[in-house]
Amino acid sequence: MYSGLEVDQQWSASCQLLLVRLGFGLSFVESVLMPTWASQRIHRRHETLIRWVLFVCAALSVLTTAAIIYVLLSNAVYAPGEKTAFFERVSLWQFLTSGRWKPTDGAGAHFGIWPLLTGTLQVALIASLVSIPAGLGAAVYMSEYAQPREREFLKPVLEILAGIPSVVYGFFALKFITPWVLKPLFGLLGLEISIFNSLSAGIVVGIMVTPLIASLSEDVIRAVPRSLREAAYALGSTRFDVSARVVVPAALSGILASFLLAFSRAVGETMAVAIAAGGNPLLTLNPLRGSQTMTGFMVHASAGDSAADSISRMSMYAVGITLFVMTLTINLLSGWIMRRYREVYQ
Amino acid sequence: MGSSVSGLSVPPSVPGVDRNLDTSGHAAAIDVQGMNFFYGEQQVLFDISLVVPERSVTALIGPSGCGKSTFLRTLNRMNDLVDGARCTGRCLVEGQNIMDPAVDVVLLRKHVGMVFQKSTPFPKSIFDNVAYGPRVAGEKNRAVLSELVESCLRKAALWEEVRDRLHTSAMALSGGQQQRLCIARTLATNPKIILMDEPASALDPASTDRIENLIGELCSNYTIVIVTHNMQQASRVSHQTAFFFRGRLVECGPTMKIFTSPAEKQTEDYITGRFG
Repeated sequence: MYSGLEVDQQWSASCQLLLVRLGFGLSFVESVLMPTWASQRIHRRHETLIRWVLFVCAALSVLTTAAIIYVLLSNAVYAPGEKTAFFERVSLWQFLTSGRWKPTDGAGAHFGIWPLLTGTLQVALIASLVSIPAGLGAAVYMSEYAQPREREFLKPVLEILAGIPSVVYGFFALKFITPWVLKPLFGLLGLEISIFNSLSAGIVVGIMVTPLIASLSEDVIRAVPRSLREAAYALGSTRFDVSARVVVPAALSGILASFLLAFSRAVGETMAVAIAAGGNPLLTLNPLRGSQTMTGFMVHASAGDSAADSISRMSMYAVGITLFVMTLTINLLSGWIMRRYREVYQ
Repeated sequence: MGSSVSGLSVPPSVPGVDRNLDTSGHAAAIDVQGMNFFYGEQQVLFDISLVVPERSVTALIGPSGCGKSTFLRTLNRMNDLVDGARCTGRCLVEGQNIMDPAVDVVLLRKHVGMVFQKSTPFPKSIFDNVAYGPRVAGEKNRAVLSELVESCLRKAALWEEVRDRLHTSAMALSGGQQQRLCIARTLATNPKIILMDEPASALDPASTDRIENLIGELCSNYTIVIVTHNMQQASRVSHQTAFFFRGRLVECGPTMKIFTSPAEKQTEDYITGRFG
């Protein structure tokens, strides 16, 4: 016959060994060795185990981020070993000031980020022009105007919109928006529109990030206390007055943060843009022409057949790090706005 | 002053409130007849009939859940905002039946203002808070707004404390100041009637005192209906008191009479603290 206590002690011993091997602090081992009630020990061991499992989960995302930063830096800025990193071959000055992006391996290569940068910002701006009014409008409608039943219908539909693969949006732009919407429209104005164009890319990316804005904004709008709405109604406000003059201003910090997150999403969006805007890195502000975005270029570069350490391939990492810095800045900014301008309601 | 209910002393009223005022000659600001109110299937008000005389204070008292707040909120149709709320009967505000679906509730609420239990300043400046109502009504002239903001803050006895910081956030004011700001904000829509839902229950005694005195000052120009848990407060600030119990209006009469010689046993039990 074995008692639960024996098993417990064996368990305890092996656990101690494991923990000592892993080098988890002396104080912990002491606490296990200390004479306490057996049941309490079981409890404590579970607690410790759960604590470490959860810690590993949390550490995973940090480690991944660190690894990504390492890969980017080691290819773009400084490569350990025999490889030479991108900025060891191309000057940062050329990268930041040249207006030509011609990433070929031979002579005549040019690595100026501007065409990709303007292409990216153009698409992201058009996307914002589409998604900000649509997303905010949807959020206000759902929280202030819709009957509960309508809301229960609308919210999942928006989530479906968010769940459509981005490649589908790309073909939707290429096969529907450009030929059936934009071409006739601009045809009336006598303007020519390329098959690949930034406008259609911006529009579909805007549609893609609309649910993000709608959902985040709706959360912050709903967090505005009901008492504030009632006070506004009691002063003779229409529903629109309440929404536009009280609720939206009270939730403004969160709403702005959602705009920035959506913008950052749009900057980072890849497939839809690569398909709809084409792959020609033109330095142009004309949305009716094609352009290449940073992400679009990275897709082409990684799918290309040049050697892994060729300069054309390595340029991908330089573009990647630029993109990373951009989106990180925007995300930090949105977090800062959220904290700085949040109204605290008791 | 009539026969006093044993064990209850009636505190002196605040200046401006004459509790023996004969309101029989006053015109009715609010005239409710046979009001029933339902939340979904549940009936919470039963056959309420009550007349509120013009330029007077009417206090609604009763234990929690007796329906006094619900009743107050029918008077500016705030209950419209609650899903499944339904009301029958007649409620005349200055002769017009506000239960009529054709009534413009936005205009009604300008006419019948409301101050809530929790002070609810908007996260805007003090000035913008008071100017909210007039702006919603379409007033854009800065000079007109400034004048109005000042006069309303004066009426709410807040002007001296905030005149130097009109453009700072209203959220930084103390609880008592916030509540007076909410009163000023209500006055700015130029109402005839002001409904107050336990306006001082979250405030310290000094702030409560200021609010009560303010009610005494305002009642010479406005009709006030106040819901309160505090019976001392009801007896101090009101001309007329209505006692609600389980969704019914048990008794309504001059405050002095209700607090000294109520007609109903239930009223007497409640004001002497035997229940509720």
